[in-house]
Amino acid sequence: MIELRDVHKSFGPKPVLNGFTLTVRDGETLVLIGYSGTGKSVTLKHIVGLLQPDAGEVIVDGRAVPELDRDGLNDLRRDIGYVFQFAALFDSMTVAENVALGLRRRDLPEDEIAERVQEALALVDLTGTDERYPAELSGGMRKRVGLARAIALKPRYILYDEPTTGLDPVTAAVIDRLVVRTREHLGVTGVVVTHDMRSAYTVGDRIAMLYEGRVRQVGTVQEIQETGDPVVRQFIEGRPE
Amino acid sequence: MDMVRALSDIGVWARLTVVQMRRVGVDSLPVALFIAAFTGVVLALQASYTFTGAVPLYFVGTLVGKTMMLELGPVLAGLALAGRVGASMAAELGTMKVTEQVDALETLAYDPQSYLVIPRVLAGTLMFPVIVAFAVATGIITGWLTSLVLLDLSTQDFIKGLKLFYVFKDVWFGLLKSASFGFTITFVGCVVGLSTRGGAEGVGRSTTRAVVYSAILILVLDAFWAVVLL
Repeated sequence: MIELRDVHKSFGPKPVLNGFTLTVRDGETLVLIGYSGTGKSVTLKHIVGLLQPDAGEVIVDGRAVPELDRDGLNDLRRDIGYVFQFAALFDSMTVAENVALGLRRRDLPEDEIAERVQEALALVDLTGTDERYPAELSGGMRKRVGLARAIALKPRYILYDEPTTGLDPVTAAVIDRLVVRTREHLGVTGVVVTHDMRSAYTVGDRIAMLYEGRVRQVGTVQEIQETGDPVVRQFIEGRPE
Repeated sequence: MDMVRALSDIGVWARLTVVQMRRVGVDSLPVALFIAAFTGVVLALQASYTFTGAVPLYFVGTLVGKTMMLELGPVLAGLALAGRVGASMAAELGTMKVTEQVDALETLAYDPQSYLVIPRVLAGTLMFPVIVAFAVATGIITGWLTSLVLLDLSTQDFIKGLKLFYVFKDVWFGLLKSASFGFTITFVGCVVGLSTRGGAEGVGRSTTRAVVYSAILILVLDAFWAVVLL
Protein backbone atom coordinates (compact mmCIF):
# COMPACT_ATOMS: atom_id res chain seq x y z
CA MET A 1 0.00 0.00 0.00
CA ILE A 2 1.15 3.54 -0.78
CA GLU A 3 0.20 6.33 1.61
CA LEU A 4 0.91 10.05 1.35
CA ARG A 5 -0.12 11.97 4.46
CA ASP A 6 -0.28 15.75 4.63
CA VAL A 7 2.61 16.15 2.18
CA HIS A 8 3.92 19.66 1.54
CA LYS A 9 6.41 20.51 -1.19
CA SER A 10 7.52 23.86 -2.56
CA PHE A 11 9.97 24.82 -5.28
CA GLY A 12 11.28 28.21 -4.26
CA PRO A 13 8.39 30.37 -3.14
CA LYS A 14 5.85 28.35 -5.12
CA PRO A 15 4.00 25.66 -3.12
CA VAL A 16 3.17 22.64 -5.29
CA LEU A 17 1.83 20.13 -2.77
CA ASN A 18 -0.02 21.69 0.11
CA GLY A 19 -1.35 19.11 2.54
CA PHE A 20 -1.66 16.31 -0.04
CA THR A 21 -3.14 13.09 1.38
CA LEU A 22 -3.87 9.96 -0.64
CA THR A 23 -3.89 6.19 -0.18
CA VAL A 24 -3.34 3.72 -3.01
CA ARG A 25 -4.71 0.30 -2.13
CA ASP A 26 -2.98 -2.93 -3.08
CA GLY A 27 -4.05 -4.31 -6.45
CA GLU A 28 -5.86 -1.20 -7.69
CA THR A 29 -4.99 1.24 -10.44
CA LEU A 30 -5.44 4.77 -9.18
CA VAL A 31 -5.48 7.60 -11.70
CA LEU A 32 -4.27 11.02 -10.60
CA ILE A 33 -5.76 13.79 -12.72
CA GLY A 34 -5.28 17.54 -12.56
CA TYR A 35 -4.22 20.63 -14.47
CA SER A 36 -0.71 20.88 -15.90
CA GLY A 37 1.87 22.01 -13.37
CA THR A 38 -0.22 21.12 -10.31
CA GLY A 39 2.22 18.52 -8.95
CA LYS A 40 1.07 15.17 -10.37
CA SER A 41 4.55 14.11 -11.49
CA VAL A 42 6.00 15.59 -8.30
CA THR A 43 3.73 13.21 -6.36
CA LEU A 44 5.08 10.19 -8.27
CA LYS A 45 8.66 11.31 -7.63
CA HIS A 46 7.96 11.45 -3.90
CA ILE A 47 6.71 7.85 -3.94
CA VAL A 48 9.94 6.56 -5.49
CA GLY A 49 12.18 8.83 -3.40
CA LEU A 50 13.40 11.07 -6.24
CA LEU A 51 12.06 14.07 -4.31
CA GLN A 52 11.87 14.66 -0.57
CA PRO A 53 8.80 16.31 0.98
CA ASP A 54 9.24 19.53 2.95
CA ALA A 55 6.77 18.10 5.46
CA GLY A 56 4.44 15.10 5.73
CA GLU A 57 4.81 11.36 5.31
CA VAL A 58 5.29 9.13 2.28
CA ILE A 59 4.92 5.48 3.18
CA VAL A 60 5.28 2.50 0.86
CA ASP A 61 4.62 -0.95 2.36
CA GLY A 62 5.23 0.49 5.82
CA ARG A 63 8.56 2.09 4.84
CA ALA A 64 8.88 5.84 5.38
CA VAL A 65 10.47 6.80 2.03
CA PRO A 66 12.06 10.14 3.06
CA GLU A 67 13.93 8.41 5.88
CA LEU A 68 15.50 5.68 3.71
CA ASP A 69 19.25 5.73 3.07
CA ARG A 70 20.71 4.84 -0.34
CA ASP A 71 20.51 1.07 0.28
CA GLY A 72 16.98 1.38 1.61
CA LEU A 73 15.98 3.40 -1.45
CA ASN A 74 17.52 0.81 -3.76
CA ASP A 75 15.53 -1.94 -2.01
CA LEU A 76 12.35 0.13 -2.34
CA ARG A 77 13.02 0.80 -6.02
CA ARG A 78 13.34 -2.91 -6.71
CA ASP A 79 9.60 -3.08 -5.94
CA ILE A 80 8.62 -0.12 -8.12
CA GLY A 81 8.62 0.28 -11.89
CA TYR A 82 8.51 3.83 -13.22
CA VAL A 83 7.27 4.71 -16.71
CA PHE A 84 8.49 8.19 -17.62
CA GLN A 85 6.53 10.77 -19.60
CA PHE A 86 9.03 10.80 -22.47
CA ALA A 87 10.18 7.23 -21.80
CA ALA A 88 13.68 8.32 -20.62
CA LEU A 89 15.35 5.55 -22.60
CA PHE A 90 19.14 5.48 -22.68
CA ASP A 91 20.11 6.70 -26.16
CA SER A 92 23.37 4.78 -26.33
CA MET A 93 21.71 1.42 -25.59
CA THR A 94 19.58 -0.83 -27.77
CA VAL A 95 15.99 -1.63 -26.83
CA ALA A 96 17.05 -4.96 -25.30
CA GLU A 97 19.86 -3.31 -23.29
CA ASN A 98 17.44 -0.68 -22.02
CA VAL A 99 14.99 -3.32 -20.82
CA ALA A 100 17.78 -5.45 -19.34
CA LEU A 101 19.48 -2.64 -17.39
CA GLY A 102 17.33 -2.91 -14.25
CA LEU A 103 17.58 -6.72 -14.34
CA ARG A 104 21.39 -6.61 -14.43
CA ARG A 105 21.31 -4.64 -11.19
CA ARG A 106 19.67 -7.68 -9.59
CA ASP A 107 22.56 -9.95 -10.55
CA LEU A 108 20.33 -12.37 -12.44
CA PRO A 109 21.93 -14.96 -14.75
CA GLU A 110 22.24 -13.81 -18.36
CA ASP A 111 19.83 -16.45 -19.74
CA GLU A 112 17.13 -15.36 -17.28
CA ILE A 113 17.71 -11.71 -18.20
CA ALA A 114 17.36 -12.53 -21.91
CA GLU A 115 14.18 -14.51 -21.21
CA ARG A 116 12.60 -11.72 -19.16
CA VAL A 117 13.53 -9.10 -21.77
CA GLN A 118 11.78 -11.13 -24.47
CA GLU A 119 8.79 -11.72 -22.22
CA ALA A 120 8.44 -7.99 -21.46
CA LEU A 121 8.85 -6.97 -25.11
CA ALA A 122 6.23 -9.54 -26.11
CA LEU A 123 3.80 -8.15 -23.55
CA VAL A 124 4.07 -4.68 -25.14
CA ASP A 125 3.94 -6.11 -28.70
CA LEU A 126 7.52 -5.15 -29.53
CA THR A 127 9.03 -8.55 -30.24
CA GLY A 128 11.85 -8.26 -32.77
CA THR A 129 12.92 -4.71 -31.88
CA ASP A 130 15.75 -5.84 -29.56
CA GLU A 131 18.62 -4.44 -31.59
CA ARG A 132 17.05 -1.12 -32.51
CA TYR A 133 18.08 2.13 -30.83
CA PRO A 134 15.61 4.56 -29.21
CA ALA A 135 16.28 7.15 -31.96
CA GLU A 136 14.90 4.66 -34.50
CA LEU A 137 11.55 4.28 -32.69
CA SER A 138 8.31 6.28 -32.85
CA GLY A 139 7.00 8.10 -29.77
CA GLY A 140 4.47 5.33 -29.08
CA MET A 141 7.10 2.60 -29.43
CA ARG A 142 9.43 4.44 -27.07
CA LYS A 143 6.69 4.62 -24.47
CA ARG A 144 6.09 0.89 -24.88
CA VAL A 145 9.79 0.17 -24.39
CA GLY A 146 9.65 2.30 -21.23
CA LEU A 147 6.71 0.18 -20.09
CA ALA A 148 8.59 -3.02 -20.96
CA ARG A 149 11.56 -1.81 -18.89
CA ALA A 150 9.26 -1.41 -15.89
CA ILE A 151 7.39 -4.70 -16.46
CA ALA A 152 10.59 -6.74 -16.84
CA LEU A 153 11.41 -6.03 -13.19
CA LYS A 154 8.14 -7.74 -12.13
CA PRO A 155 7.52 -4.97 -9.61
CA ARG A 156 4.75 -4.74 -7.02
CA TYR A 157 3.97 -1.19 -8.14
CA ILE A 158 4.14 0.65 -11.45
CA LEU A 159 4.02 4.45 -11.61
CA TYR A 160 2.99 5.85 -14.99
CA ASP A 161 3.79 9.49 -15.72
CA GLU A 162 1.44 10.67 -18.48
CA PRO A 163 1.69 7.48 -20.51
CA THR A 164 -0.55 8.70 -23.36
CA THR A 165 0.47 12.37 -23.62
CA GLY A 166 1.54 13.39 -27.11
CA LEU A 167 0.25 10.23 -28.76
CA ASP A 168 -2.41 9.90 -31.45
CA PRO A 169 -5.75 8.47 -30.21
CA VAL A 170 -5.14 4.97 -31.55
CA THR A 171 -1.64 4.68 -30.08
CA ALA A 172 -2.97 6.13 -26.82
CA ALA A 173 -5.64 3.42 -26.76
CA VAL A 174 -2.93 0.80 -27.35
CA ILE A 175 -0.99 2.13 -24.34
CA ASP A 176 -4.19 2.12 -22.23
CA ARG A 177 -4.78 -1.50 -23.18
CA LEU A 178 -1.21 -2.34 -22.18
CA VAL A 179 -1.66 -0.69 -18.78
CA VAL A 180 -4.80 -2.79 -18.19
CA ARG A 181 -3.08 -5.91 -19.52
CA THR A 182 -0.10 -5.31 -17.21
CA ARG A 183 -2.35 -5.22 -14.17
CA GLU A 184 -4.23 -8.33 -15.28
CA HIS A 185 -1.08 -10.33 -16.07
CA LEU A 186 1.14 -9.20 -13.21
CA GLY A 187 -1.39 -8.09 -10.59
CA VAL A 188 0.56 -4.91 -9.95
CA THR A 189 -0.71 -1.87 -8.11
CA GLY A 190 -0.59 1.16 -10.40
CA VAL A 191 -0.62 4.93 -10.13
CA VAL A 192 -1.31 6.67 -13.43
CA VAL A 193 -0.80 10.40 -13.82
CA THR A 194 -2.74 11.83 -16.75
CA HIS A 195 -5.02 14.58 -17.96
CA ASP A 196 -6.42 12.40 -20.71
CA MET A 197 -9.90 11.59 -19.34
CA ARG A 198 -10.59 8.82 -21.84
CA SER A 199 -7.44 7.11 -20.63
CA ALA A 200 -8.39 7.73 -16.98
CA TYR A 201 -11.81 6.08 -17.45
CA THR A 202 -10.26 3.11 -19.28
CA VAL A 203 -7.43 2.20 -16.91
CA GLY A 204 -8.57 3.49 -13.51
CA ASP A 205 -10.30 1.70 -10.66
CA ARG A 206 -10.40 4.98 -8.79
CA ILE A 207 -9.64 8.53 -9.83
CA ALA A 208 -8.24 11.32 -7.64
CA MET A 209 -8.19 14.93 -8.72
CA LEU A 210 -5.27 17.09 -7.58
CA TYR A 211 -6.17 20.76 -7.24
CA GLU A 212 -4.22 23.54 -5.53
CA GLY A 213 -1.83 21.08 -3.92
CA ARG A 214 -4.50 18.84 -2.37
CA VAL A 215 -6.80 16.01 -3.41
CA ARG A 216 -10.03 17.73 -4.41
CA GLN A 217 -12.02 14.51 -4.83
CA VAL A 218 -11.26 10.80 -4.96
CA GLY A 219 -13.71 8.12 -6.01
CA THR A 220 -14.56 5.37 -8.45
CA VAL A 221 -14.79 6.15 -12.15
CA GLN A 222 -18.58 6.34 -11.82
CA GLU A 223 -18.43 8.63 -8.79
CA ILE A 224 -16.12 11.00 -10.64
CA GLN A 225 -18.27 10.93 -13.78
CA GLU A 226 -21.32 11.80 -11.68
CA THR A 227 -19.60 14.37 -9.46
CA GLY A 228 -21.35 17.52 -8.37
CA ASP A 229 -18.08 19.33 -7.60
CA PRO A 230 -17.88 22.20 -10.12
CA VAL A 231 -14.06 22.17 -10.27
CA VAL A 232 -13.87 18.43 -10.98
CA ARG A 233 -16.78 18.63 -13.41
CA GLN A 234 -15.16 21.47 -15.35
CA PHE A 235 -11.94 19.50 -15.63
CA ILE A 236 -13.43 16.17 -16.70
CA GLU A 237 -15.68 17.87 -19.25
CA GLY A 238 -12.81 20.03 -20.49
CA ARG A 239 -14.85 23.22 -20.32
CA PRO A 240 -12.76 26.43 -20.56
CA GLU A 241 -14.97 28.24 -17.98
CA MET B 1 30.72 12.61 -0.10
CA ASP B 2 28.26 10.88 -2.44
CA MET B 3 31.14 9.98 -4.73
CA VAL B 4 33.20 8.49 -1.89
CA ARG B 5 30.22 6.41 -0.76
CA ALA B 6 29.58 5.24 -4.32
CA LEU B 7 33.15 3.88 -4.54
CA SER B 8 31.94 0.78 -2.67
CA ASP B 9 29.72 -0.04 -5.67
CA ILE B 10 32.69 -1.48 -7.55
CA GLY B 11 30.58 -3.99 -9.49
CA VAL B 12 28.92 -1.08 -11.30
CA TRP B 13 31.78 1.34 -11.95
CA ALA B 14 34.67 -1.05 -12.70
CA ARG B 15 33.32 -2.29 -16.05
CA LEU B 16 32.15 1.16 -17.10
CA THR B 17 35.54 2.69 -16.26
CA VAL B 18 37.20 0.51 -18.91
CA VAL B 19 34.66 1.71 -21.48
CA GLN B 20 35.28 5.34 -20.52
CA MET B 21 39.07 4.91 -20.56
CA ARG B 22 38.87 3.70 -24.13
CA ARG B 23 36.58 6.59 -25.03
CA VAL B 24 38.59 9.31 -23.30
CA GLY B 25 41.91 7.94 -24.53
CA VAL B 26 41.09 7.19 -28.15
CA ASP B 27 38.92 10.27 -28.66
CA SER B 28 41.43 12.69 -27.14
CA LEU B 29 44.67 11.42 -28.60
CA PRO B 30 44.41 12.98 -32.10
CA VAL B 31 43.70 16.48 -30.70
CA ALA B 32 46.51 16.26 -28.13
CA LEU B 33 49.03 14.95 -30.68
CA PHE B 34 48.10 17.59 -33.26
CA ILE B 35 48.65 20.41 -30.77
CA ALA B 36 51.89 18.91 -29.45
CA ALA B 37 53.31 18.38 -32.94
CA PHE B 38 53.02 22.04 -33.89
CA THR B 39 54.11 23.22 -30.46
CA GLY B 40 57.36 21.22 -30.88
CA VAL B 41 58.04 22.94 -34.22
CA VAL B 42 57.42 26.43 -32.82
CA LEU B 43 59.45 25.78 -29.65
CA ALA B 44 62.51 24.71 -31.66
CA LEU B 45 62.31 27.74 -33.97
CA GLN B 46 61.72 30.24 -31.16
CA ALA B 47 64.58 28.77 -29.11
CA SER B 48 66.97 29.08 -32.02
CA TYR B 49 65.76 32.66 -32.68
CA THR B 50 66.34 33.58 -29.01
CA PHE B 51 69.70 31.83 -28.66
CA THR B 52 71.29 33.19 -31.86
CA GLY B 53 74.90 34.11 -31.23
CA ALA B 54 74.69 34.06 -27.46
CA VAL B 55 73.83 30.48 -26.44
CA PRO B 56 75.05 27.24 -28.09
CA LEU B 57 72.40 25.89 -30.45
CA TYR B 58 72.21 22.45 -28.76
CA PHE B 59 70.28 24.22 -25.97
CA VAL B 60 67.32 24.01 -28.39
CA GLY B 61 67.03 20.36 -27.31
CA THR B 62 67.07 21.40 -23.65
CA LEU B 63 64.36 24.00 -24.12
CA VAL B 64 62.11 21.79 -26.24
CA GLY B 65 62.41 18.84 -23.81
CA LYS B 66 62.00 20.77 -20.58
CA THR B 67 59.18 22.98 -21.83
CA MET B 68 57.20 20.10 -23.33
CA MET B 69 57.58 17.89 -20.26
CA LEU B 70 57.07 20.48 -17.55
CA GLU B 71 54.60 22.92 -19.01
CA LEU B 72 53.29 22.95 -22.54
CA GLY B 73 52.60 19.22 -22.89
CA PRO B 74 50.30 19.01 -19.86
CA VAL B 75 48.79 22.51 -20.04
CA LEU B 76 48.05 22.71 -23.76
CA ALA B 77 46.68 19.18 -23.81
CA GLY B 78 44.67 19.97 -20.68
CA LEU B 79 43.15 23.13 -22.16
CA ALA B 80 42.35 21.42 -25.43
CA LEU B 81 40.80 18.44 -23.66
CA ALA B 82 38.77 20.69 -21.38
CA GLY B 83 37.02 21.66 -24.61
CA ARG B 84 36.95 18.15 -26.02
CA VAL B 85 36.29 15.86 -23.04
CA GLY B 86 34.87 18.23 -20.40
CA ALA B 87 32.36 19.78 -22.79
CA SER B 88 31.31 16.39 -24.13
CA MET B 89 30.73 15.00 -20.62
CA ALA B 90 28.79 18.07 -19.48
CA ALA B 91 26.61 17.93 -22.60
CA GLU B 92 26.02 14.18 -22.32
CA LEU B 93 25.16 14.18 -18.63
CA GLY B 94 23.22 17.43 -18.98
CA THR B 95 21.07 15.89 -21.71
CA MET B 96 20.57 12.78 -19.59
CA LYS B 97 19.50 15.00 -16.70
CA VAL B 98 16.94 17.07 -18.60
CA THR B 99 15.47 14.04 -20.37
CA GLU B 100 15.03 12.24 -17.02
CA GLN B 101 17.53 9.51 -17.91
CA VAL B 102 19.34 10.20 -14.63
CA ASP B 103 16.05 9.80 -12.73
CA ALA B 104 15.44 6.60 -14.71
CA LEU B 105 18.81 5.26 -13.58
CA GLU B 106 17.87 5.97 -9.97
CA THR B 107 14.51 4.23 -10.28
CA LEU B 108 16.36 1.17 -11.64
CA ALA B 109 18.34 1.19 -8.34
CA TYR B 110 21.57 2.57 -9.81
CA ASP B 111 23.45 5.37 -8.08
CA PRO B 112 24.31 8.01 -10.74
CA GLN B 113 27.60 8.62 -8.90
CA SER B 114 28.76 5.05 -9.39
CA TYR B 115 27.21 4.63 -12.84
CA LEU B 116 28.08 7.98 -14.41
CA VAL B 117 30.56 10.01 -12.37
CA ILE B 118 33.17 7.58 -10.97
CA PRO B 119 33.89 5.83 -14.32
CA ARG B 120 34.40 9.17 -16.08
CA VAL B 121 36.53 10.77 -13.36
CA LEU B 122 38.68 7.66 -12.96
CA ALA B 123 39.11 7.33 -16.72
CA GLY B 124 40.17 10.99 -16.98
CA THR B 125 42.61 10.75 -14.08
CA LEU B 126 44.22 7.56 -15.40
CA MET B 127 44.21 8.33 -19.12
CA PHE B 128 45.34 11.98 -19.17
CA PRO B 129 48.93 11.16 -18.13
CA VAL B 130 49.05 8.56 -20.92
CA ILE B 131 47.74 11.07 -23.48
CA VAL B 132 50.18 13.73 -22.26
CA ALA B 133 53.09 11.26 -22.39
CA PHE B 134 52.33 10.65 -26.07
CA ALA B 135 51.89 14.40 -26.64
CA VAL B 136 55.25 15.22 -25.01
CA ALA B 137 57.00 12.54 -27.10
CA THR B 138 55.38 13.93 -30.25
CA GLY B 139 56.40 17.51 -29.40
CA ILE B 140 60.01 16.45 -28.80
CA ILE B 141 60.09 14.47 -32.06
CA THR B 142 58.76 17.39 -34.13
CA GLY B 143 61.17 19.74 -32.31
CA TRP B 144 64.04 17.41 -33.22
CA LEU B 145 62.87 17.12 -36.87
CA THR B 146 62.61 20.93 -37.09
CA SER B 147 66.11 21.33 -35.65
CA LEU B 148 67.43 18.77 -38.12
CA VAL B 149 65.76 20.19 -41.22
CA LEU B 150 65.51 23.93 -40.57
CA LEU B 151 68.23 24.74 -38.00
CA ASP B 152 71.11 22.54 -39.23
CA LEU B 153 71.40 21.05 -35.74
CA SER B 154 72.63 17.45 -35.69
CA THR B 155 70.71 14.68 -33.96
CA GLN B 156 73.67 14.21 -31.63
CA ASP B 157 73.57 17.88 -30.55
CA PHE B 158 69.81 17.87 -30.11
CA ILE B 159 70.05 14.79 -27.85
CA LYS B 160 73.00 16.33 -26.00
CA GLY B 161 70.80 19.35 -25.23
CA LEU B 162 67.85 17.14 -24.34
CA LYS B 163 69.92 15.25 -21.76
CA LEU B 164 71.44 18.40 -20.29
CA PHE B 165 69.76 19.30 -16.97
CA TYR B 166 67.31 16.39 -17.43
CA VAL B 167 66.11 14.94 -14.13
CA PHE B 168 63.49 12.25 -13.62
CA LYS B 169 61.37 14.79 -11.77
CA ASP B 170 60.67 16.47 -15.15
CA VAL B 171 58.71 13.38 -16.16
CA TRP B 172 56.77 12.66 -13.00
CA PHE B 173 56.01 16.32 -12.39
CA GLY B 174 54.39 16.62 -15.84
CA LEU B 175 52.48 13.37 -15.45
CA LEU B 176 51.27 14.21 -11.95
CA LYS B 177 50.03 17.55 -13.24
CA SER B 178 48.28 15.78 -16.11
CA ALA B 179 46.51 13.40 -13.72
CA SER B 180 45.28 16.37 -11.66
CA PHE B 181 44.07 18.09 -14.85
CA GLY B 182 42.31 14.89 -15.94
CA PHE B 183 40.57 14.64 -12.58
CA THR B 184 39.54 18.31 -12.67
CA ILE B 185 38.22 18.33 -16.24
CA THR B 186 36.12 15.18 -15.83
CA PHE B 187 34.91 16.02 -12.32
CA VAL B 188 33.83 19.52 -13.36
CA GLY B 189 32.20 18.13 -16.53
CA CYS B 190 30.20 15.59 -14.49
CA VAL B 191 29.18 17.96 -11.68
CA VAL B 192 28.14 20.74 -14.05
CA GLY B 193 26.35 18.24 -16.35
CA LEU B 194 24.35 16.69 -13.51
CA SER B 195 23.28 20.10 -12.22
CA THR B 196 21.78 21.07 -15.60
CA ARG B 197 18.28 22.53 -15.64
CA GLY B 198 16.01 23.85 -18.33
CA GLY B 199 16.18 21.84 -21.56
CA ALA B 200 18.44 22.46 -24.54
CA GLU B 201 19.35 25.98 -23.42
CA GLY B 202 20.43 24.62 -20.04
CA VAL B 203 22.59 21.97 -21.72
CA GLY B 204 24.30 24.70 -23.76
CA ARG B 205 24.92 26.76 -20.63
CA SER B 206 26.35 23.76 -18.79
CA THR B 207 28.68 22.91 -21.64
CA THR B 208 30.10 26.43 -21.73
CA ARG B 209 30.39 26.54 -17.93
CA ALA B 210 32.25 23.23 -17.82
CA VAL B 211 34.86 24.44 -20.33
CA VAL B 212 35.35 27.83 -18.64
CA TYR B 213 35.60 26.39 -15.09
CA SER B 214 37.97 23.64 -16.23
CA ALA B 215 40.23 26.06 -18.10
CA ILE B 216 40.44 28.38 -15.09
CA LEU B 217 41.11 25.50 -12.69
CA ILE B 218 43.82 24.08 -14.96
CA LEU B 219 45.71 27.38 -14.88
CA VAL B 220 45.28 27.71 -11.11
CA LEU B 221 46.41 24.10 -10.57
CA ASP B 222 49.37 24.67 -12.89
CA ALA B 223 50.58 27.54 -10.71
CA PHE B 224 49.80 25.53 -7.54
CA TRP B 225 51.97 22.58 -8.59
CA ALA B 226 54.79 24.93 -9.62
CA VAL B 227 54.74 26.62 -6.21
CA VAL B 228 54.48 23.36 -4.26
CA LEU B 229 56.80 21.06 -6.19
CA LEU B 230 59.40 23.11 -8.07
